[in-house]
Amino acid sequence: MMRGMLDRRIVRVSLLILVLVGGAAFFAPWLGLPDPEEVNLAEKLAAPSAQHLLGTDHLGRDVLSRLIFGSRVSIGSVFAILLLIVGFSTFAGSLAGFAGGAVDSALMRICDIFLTFPTLILAMFFVGVLGTGLTNVILAIFLTHWAWYARIVRGIVLSLKSREFVLAARVAGTSRFRLVVRHILPSLAPQVLVLATLDIGHMMLHVAGLSFLGLGVQPPLPEWGVMIGDARQFIWTQPQLLLYPGLAIFVVVMAFNLLGDAMRDALDRSGMLEEAVK
Amino acid sequence: MIRFIIRRILLLIPILLCVSIFVFLILRMAKGDPAMAYLRLSNIPPTEQALMEARIDLGLDKPIIAQYADWMGRALRLDFGRSYVTGKPVLQEVLYYFPATLRLAGAGLLFTMLISIPLGVYAALRKDRAGDHLTRLFAFFGVSMPSFWFGFLLIYLFAVKLGWLPPMGQGGLAHMIMPVMTLSLMSIAINVRFLRANLLENIRSRSTLYARARGVSERRIVWVHVMRNSMIPVVTAIGMHLGEMLGGAVFVENIFSWPGVGRYAVQAVFNRDYPVLQCFILMMTIVFVVCNLMIDILYAFIDPRIRLAGEQR
Repeated sequence: MMRGMLDRRIVRVSLLILVLVGGAAFFAPWLGLPDPEEVNLAEKLAAPSAQHLLGTDHLGRDVLSRLIFGSRVSIGSVFAILLLIVGFSTFAGSLAGFAGGAVDSALMRICDIFLTFPTLILAMFFVGVLGTGLTNVILAIFLTHWAWYARIVRGIVLSLKSREFVLAARVAGTSRFRLVVRHILPSLAPQVLVLATLDIGHMMLHVAGLSFLGLGVQPPLPEWGVMIGDARQFIWTQPQLLLYPGLAIFVVVMAFNLLGDAMRDALDRSGMLEEAVK
Repeated sequence: MIRFIIRRILLLIPILLCVSIFVFLILRMAKGDPAMAYLRLSNIPPTEQALMEARIDLGLDKPIIAQYADWMGRALRLDFGRSYVTGKPVLQEVLYYFPATLRLAGAGLLFTMLISIPLGVYAALRKDRAGDHLTRLFAFFGVSMPSFWFGFLLIYLFAVKLGWLPPMGQGGLAHMIMPVMTLSLMSIAINVRFLRANLLENIRSRSTLYARARGVSERRIVWVHVMRNSMIPVVTAIGMHLGEMLGGAVFVENIFSWPGVGRYAVQAVFNRDYPVLQCFILMMTIVFVVCNLMIDILYAFIDPRIRLAGEQR
């Protein structure tokens, strides 16, 4: 009982944080912030002031402005990845689950190969082959994560296939296309959505991490991981520069994780999460 | 049992074959002409004539299957080519940096188990009490924390402010503390909750009920019956954690100037040094796959169901 109330409050706070961060990210160009990429060496490493609420970095760029504009890159890229993964994996996974036979085993063997590698190592390899940059990091993370989703979707589709409502629709002579679009997808969607929400935080950490290493977003474009990478050399003199972007990542990732967890609990209670997810 | 082990080892061959084909194909799709890189490495001016000759030298005019066979043949003789940057044999360089990474990942794995097992048991025994809620909070904290930021927080606290630990580099035990903490934070957080869930499931199981009915003491039920059954999934999860450790090591090495293979590979990504990248991913994956194999075998030792199912087939 107490846990339920506490959880609801946590969900509310997480949502509030995400709405605030998302709103700031979306409306960033209209907030009257200083240019996040404008270099001003005369004001480098300035203390917080009315003009620069969080001070400036080693090139005199406004830290608050970089944080807010950075959120667009950090959050935007994760949504791009999720869109790619959910779209492609839902297609591949349902195809494998539905077609069965040779198509199924071929697709699953391909998944197996992708899942043999340690994720981050494979992502680094892809970035190395494709070249550094945000687009290639997005591609690399998509390539290293889709197989996992495709497998789960296949599992869910397989178990849905033998459910009574699907069998009933088949007996009633529903076409294959209609069966997938009207009966399977609506039951599949909430589960995939919850999985995706649970994974957003994890992917944000990957994008920011690769950018921190210098493999992703390239300067001067602001991004949280890049900001941590920029600030590391000032840990002895200006530690607050390290604090802001890290805290931003931590809080947003935490909010997504808490939200995803609550969504999974809700789905679990309604008994919709399939065995396949385990 | 021996038949099971042999069967599992033989299964490695197709897996590694697929991995090698995959890596080979991806590298062939890469931008940049290997012949060009070869010329640059040998300090030959890249004229049309020289490029043609280099292509024939490197076998790039042959069909792709022949190229793969060549490449695989060399890889089996442990020849992974020379670095585009230093011109030295790649394997030698990777092996030079490898032990530091393995030491880090091994210590991280050990630390993960040392911390997460007692914490997981504690959380399960204190289910829904304050201690349990605290570990839940810690788990969220751990999986949400960017490791590359956590490392700097540790450096700030223990090296800059308190001056207790060396901020970077390699040396004695003191040099390992912060890197290992950074590397294992996420795995500890995941494992605590995982073990807790397993313990609770087993406490509710029928075999526990039966043990209770037989009058087995509560302490013996928890520490012998429930513990043994709950450890089985945890052992399998070690494989997953190892993957996280090998990947996470790239960040940790970067933060703490740890002279491992991850830092070396990041440089290779910048330089598009394909021979290094190829050797890096193959070595890491072999370690990963072989460790998972050993875990599978260990798993069969603990859980006879797996072993017997394997022998029946």
